[in-house]
Amino acid sequence: MRTQRLAIAAALATLFAAGCGGTAETPEAAPATAASSAPAGPVSLIYWTWAPNMDKIVAVWNQANPDIQVTVSKQAGGDDAAAKFLTAAKAGNAPDLVQAEYQHLPSFIAADAVADIAAETAAVKPEFSAGLWGLVTLGTDAVYAIPQDSGPMMLYYRKDLFEKYGIAVPKTWAEYAEAARIVHKADPKVYLGSFSSKDPGWFAGLAQQAGAQWWSISGEAWKVGINDTATTKVADFWGGLVQEGVIDDQPYFTPEWNKALNNGTQLSWPSAVWGPGVLESNAPKGKGKWAIAPLPQWNAGENFSGFWGGSSTAVSATSKNRAAAVKFATWLNTDPQGIDLLVKEAFVYPASGKGQAALGTPPAYFAESQPDFWQQAATIGASARGFTFGPNVGVTYNAYKDAFDKALQDKSPFSASVGTMQDTTVADMRKSGFTLAQ
Amino acid sequence: MARTRGGAPRSSAPYLFLTPAIVLFLLFLAVPIGYTVHLALRRTRVSGLGLGKGSRREVFVGLDNLRAAVADGELWAGWLRVLGYGALVLVVMLGLALLFALLLDSAYVRLARFSRIAIFLPYAVPGVVASLLWGFLYLPSLTPIGGIDFLSASAVTYSMANVAVWGGTGFNMLVLYTNLRAIPRSYYEAARMDGASELAIALRVKIPMLVPAIILTTVFSIIATIQVFTEPTTLRPFSNTISSTWSPLMKVYRDAFVTGDLYSAAATSLVIAAVSLVLSFGFLRVVRGRAFGESR
Repeated sequence: MRTQRLAIAAALATLFAAGCGGTAETPEAAPATAASSAPAGPVSLIYWTWAPNMDKIVAVWNQANPDIQVTVSKQAGGDDAAAKFLTAAKAGNAPDLVQAEYQHLPSFIAADAVADIAAETAAVKPEFSAGLWGLVTLGTDAVYAIPQDSGPMMLYYRKDLFEKYGIAVPKTWAEYAEAARIVHKADPKVYLGSFSSKDPGWFAGLAQQAGAQWWSISGEAWKVGINDTATTKVADFWGGLVQEGVIDDQPYFTPEWNKALNNGTQLSWPSAVWGPGVLESNAPKGKGKWAIAPLPQWNAGENFSGFWGGSSTAVSATSKNRAAAVKFATWLNTDPQGIDLLVKEAFVYPASGKGQAALGTPPAYFAESQPDFWQQAATIGASARGFTFGPNVGVTYNAYKDAFDKALQDKSPFSASVGTMQDTTVADMRKSGFTLAQ
Repeated sequence: MARTRGGAPRSSAPYLFLTPAIVLFLLFLAVPIGYTVHLALRRTRVSGLGLGKGSRREVFVGLDNLRAAVADGELWAGWLRVLGYGALVLVVMLGLALLFALLLDSAYVRLARFSRIAIFLPYAVPGVVASLLWGFLYLPSLTPIGGIDFLSASAVTYSMANVAVWGGTGFNMLVLYTNLRAIPRSYYEAARMDGASELAIALRVKIPMLVPAIILTTVFSIIATIQVFTEPTTLRPFSNTISSTWSPLMKVYRDAFVTGDLYSAAATSLVIAAVSLVLSFGFLRVVRGRAFGESR
């Protein structure tokens, strides 16, 4: 009997040892407690990002900093990347550095996945506008990331076709609606633009322009105001145009939409400063025909914009080399060399004020039609206002997609969808136990 | 080596041989299932703003998650959608597979080998690729077939079923065909001597002999249908008509990776597993007498 058990035990032990080879690195995790103390010898950092050509940028850093070697791990962008980081953080194998979109940063913070780097970043705070800085502090004393790029919104439009249909660049949303009617009447196949039920970030930017505050922190409680007057106004504006049939309801970034942009059956796109890259690849035929203008305003004479997208560089809470990671993130996002590389290689619109001012040559796509692209962008960017994102943006954004899909199908009022977003978000926060102010 | 010690030589060997299987079973089946159950019984509780250290902890909530999963109307609406879709796929796909298998097995078909490969080929195309291919064919401005909006609310179920049928028929056809080839030819000769036509042989000899294989393919197809995920997920960005909870499995994905609620996702997974078990075993129980009673 004993030999029998021993044999089994031995066999099991061998197999477990073989099967769990992956955990052999555990001894390395021991010095984790010495988080921010200066590390001895070369440090290696893992950086999750989806910015194009980041490996080239990092190569420049690695060359100059043999003590801090950064390895880029290329990620798929967007919501998937956020989900992956949260899962990795939960599993205890998060990278040292991560590209974090502003709207996802609060969920990273809430999951305790990113480090507070307030002490290390005090010096670079003046580099950024107060609005952007607020996105990485959530209005608290902590700093959870260094802003990398920003996405102030503007109106992209087909200059030649606006002339053809005899419409002026709309200064207000009322003029935009009027232009939509004129264009669609002139040619039923042509639309001024499209309402996308798949792009909550786009809608959030338009709501920001209107002055919405979806989340805010008052004392020790969250306040959720997704169905505020501003947002409801924006929703009903688009809902009215869609129901009238003068605005298309194709989601953005689909082959269908690309085709419409490319063949001139869609004449404008309220989008962010990163739009040229999209237009260049999705609507190559429009090169030299698109121009930009500030977003139409809600009241004549106003001058506001919102943000769609933009991201920051965060240091993961479990990183063993926090000081080195912050050093790299600071160089990347505030050093003239880092910013220059970001602009040239990764095509980002830098968050740093100095970086924005240094932009000269317009994107090739706009070289003829909008030679002063960056100057325009800077003026528009200065007028953009954002809001604090909450800890469950994933829930809210998903509710946006489902609720607006449904509104488009059922032809129900868009303001009801905004109500659904509010209810879903509040219910989720309540379920998790967040303190809510009412 | 136990033998040299003179212990119980014959009784330790089976355990040794079983060890790999048991270890694999534990590691890759029992432990994950156990972990899912563990997660399904827990939830994070946040205090205050939920920011900063220690504001979030995992607590035991008993059956709360399971209760919420069962009570979720969206999950059952998803089941209904999948039921309609599944009925369509099962009937059309297995019907076509049976038809093709019988045709290929009949004496009249030319180019049998080529046809067999041609029908099977779509199965080799990954589901995501197939959905994208069809998705492009469905998009109104790109489709070569005008006049129909394949992605409209009323048509989208059929459009997705079409992708599944296209991809799955070949595999099921092959299973049925292989079984057909295994039937002794002498049965057909006997039937022919009795004056049976090819059609009569197909209906009264081949199909009855095929019943166990048909049942097998049906069970596989039921399970695949319950787990439908690829087609709706791939087609979703193209259209306004597929919600993030269109099928039960999509809801699990959404809960786990979009809204970051692993606990609800785990609970819903358990519900899906239970429904799969009930449906597959229910079906087997209903047909057991016919299928295996005869073949045994």
